[in-house]
Amino acid sequence: MDFQHSQASHCESGVMSAMLRHHGLPLSEPMTFGLSSALSFAYLPIIKINGLPLVAYRMPPKAIIKGLQKPLGLKMRFETFGSQAAGIARLNELLDQGKLVGLQTSVFWLPYLPEDLRFHFNAHNVLAFGREASGDYLLSDPVAETTVSCPAADLQRARFAKGALAPKGLLYYPLGTPQTPDWHKVLPAAIQKTTRIMLDAPLPIIGVRGIRWLARAIEKLDAGSGAAHSKMFIGQVVRMQEEIGTGGGGFRFIYASFLQEAADLLNRPALGELAEQLIDIGDEWREFALATARMIRDRDPLQPPKLAAKLRAVADREHCFFRDLRRAA
Amino acid sequence: MLDSEVPQEGNSTLGGHRKAMYARGSDGKLHIVQSAGWEVEEIVTKQAVDDLLRLTEDARQRVLAGQTSPLEYHMYRVRMDVPLLAQASGIWQWRIRRHFRPPIFTGLSTSLLTTYADAMGISVEQLKKAD
Repeated sequence: MDFQHSQASHCESGVMSAMLRHHGLPLSEPMTFGLSSALSFAYLPIIKINGLPLVAYRMPPKAIIKGLQKPLGLKMRFETFGSQAAGIARLNELLDQGKLVGLQTSVFWLPYLPEDLRFHFNAHNVLAFGREASGDYLLSDPVAETTVSCPAADLQRARFAKGALAPKGLLYYPLGTPQTPDWHKVLPAAIQKTTRIMLDAPLPIIGVRGIRWLARAIEKLDAGSGAAHSKMFIGQVVRMQEEIGTGGGGFRFIYASFLQEAADLLNRPALGELAEQLIDIGDEWREFALATARMIRDRDPLQPPKLAAKLRAVADREHCFFRDLRRAA
Repeated sequence: MLDSEVPQEGNSTLGGHRKAMYARGSDGKLHIVQSAGWEVEEIVTKQAVDDLLRLTEDARQRVLAGQTSPLEYHMYRVRMDVPLLAQASGIWQWRIRRHFRPPIFTGLSTSLLTTYADAMGISVEQLKKAD
C-alpha cells in the first residue's frame, strides 16, 4: 500500500490526520485535534490508575475519531469483537482489501515501544497498513519516528487487553470520502464547544473548575510522614501532562497551533493573538511540571501549597483565556 | 516554547526514541520539533517505574521467605496490581489475594494457573517460580 507515515505528538489526532490524508483530505494534526474539540481538563478522583486518580488534559479516548464525523461529513465504521479469532480474521480481511485500518491497543504489549513507557494503558491508537510475508503487521504508530513491524501474537495481546478502556479488538476505518468543510461554519462551532467544556461544565471537576479542584487536593497533601504518597500523586499529575504524547504543556501547544491555522482560514487575527496567550499558558504548565519534578527529586523541599498556588494561577489565566476565546469565536 | 527551547537533554526512559512536540518557530508559527527528551519527564516516568520495581523486589523477598506466592511477584513484574489482574484474568480480587498464600498457591489446578499465566503473558512454568 502506498502509505505515508508522519510523526505526530498525540496518537489519536495523529492517526486521524494520517488517515484523512490517505483518503485525500490533508488535515494537520492540530486541525484534527481542534476541530473535534478535544482540548479539556478533568480531574477524576474516582477513577484510579495504580491507586492514583486520573488527570486528563483532553477529552476521553475516541472523542477525536468520533468528533470529526460531523464537521467533515464523514462516517467512521467501528467494529469490536467477542472472539479474538474473529477480530484477527476481520483485520486481515480489511488489510487484504488494501484498507488502512485504525486500531485501539494497549501500550504494554507493543514490543517496539521503549520498555519504560509500557504501562497498562489501553487506549493507544495505531494504524495498520499491511502484513509482511512472516505474518508480522506493518504499523504506523503516530508517536514513533518511523513505521514499525509488530509480531502477530503481540498485536493480538495489545488489541484484546483487558481492564479499564479495554479495546475489545476495536478497529475503525472511514466509509466514503471526507470533504473539505465550510471553515466559517465548523471552526467557530468547534471552538465554542471547547469553551463550553472549559467554562460551563456541570461538574466541578471538569474544565477550569477542575484545575482549581485539583489544586485543592494537592494543597491537602501531607509533606511529612505521607511524603512518599504525596510525591506519587503529584508525579501522576505531571505524567498525565507529558507522557501520553501531549506535545508538552498538556495539549495547550497543539491547540494553540490549531488556533493559528483557524486564524488564517477565517482571516481573524484575533485568534492568532489568542494562540500567543495559550502558548504562554502552555509554558506555565511546563513550569508547574518542572517545579513538581524538583520536589520529587528533593532538589526543592516538598511544599504542596506552593504547587497548588501555581495551579491556581494557571486556572485564572485559562479562565480569562477561554472567556476571550468565546468572544473571538 | 520556542523551537530552540525544545528540550534535547535526553531521557533514558525513551530508549533512544525521539518524540514530536509543538514549538514556535522564528516566523511565530508553531510547528513540530523532535525532542530527545526532557529531564522532568524522565524523573516522573522513572518514579512510576521505580515504584513498580520496588514492589516487585519486595514481593520476591517475601516469596523467598515463604510469606507470599510467586503469583504476587509476577503480578508486579508485569506492572499490574490486584484490581487489574482481576480484570485481566476474570478471577475475583479476594480469590487472587487468597492465592498469594503459598500453601494454597501450591495446590492450584493447572487450568487456574494457565488462566493467570495467559493474563500476564508468561508460561505456567515461569509462573511457578519467582525468578
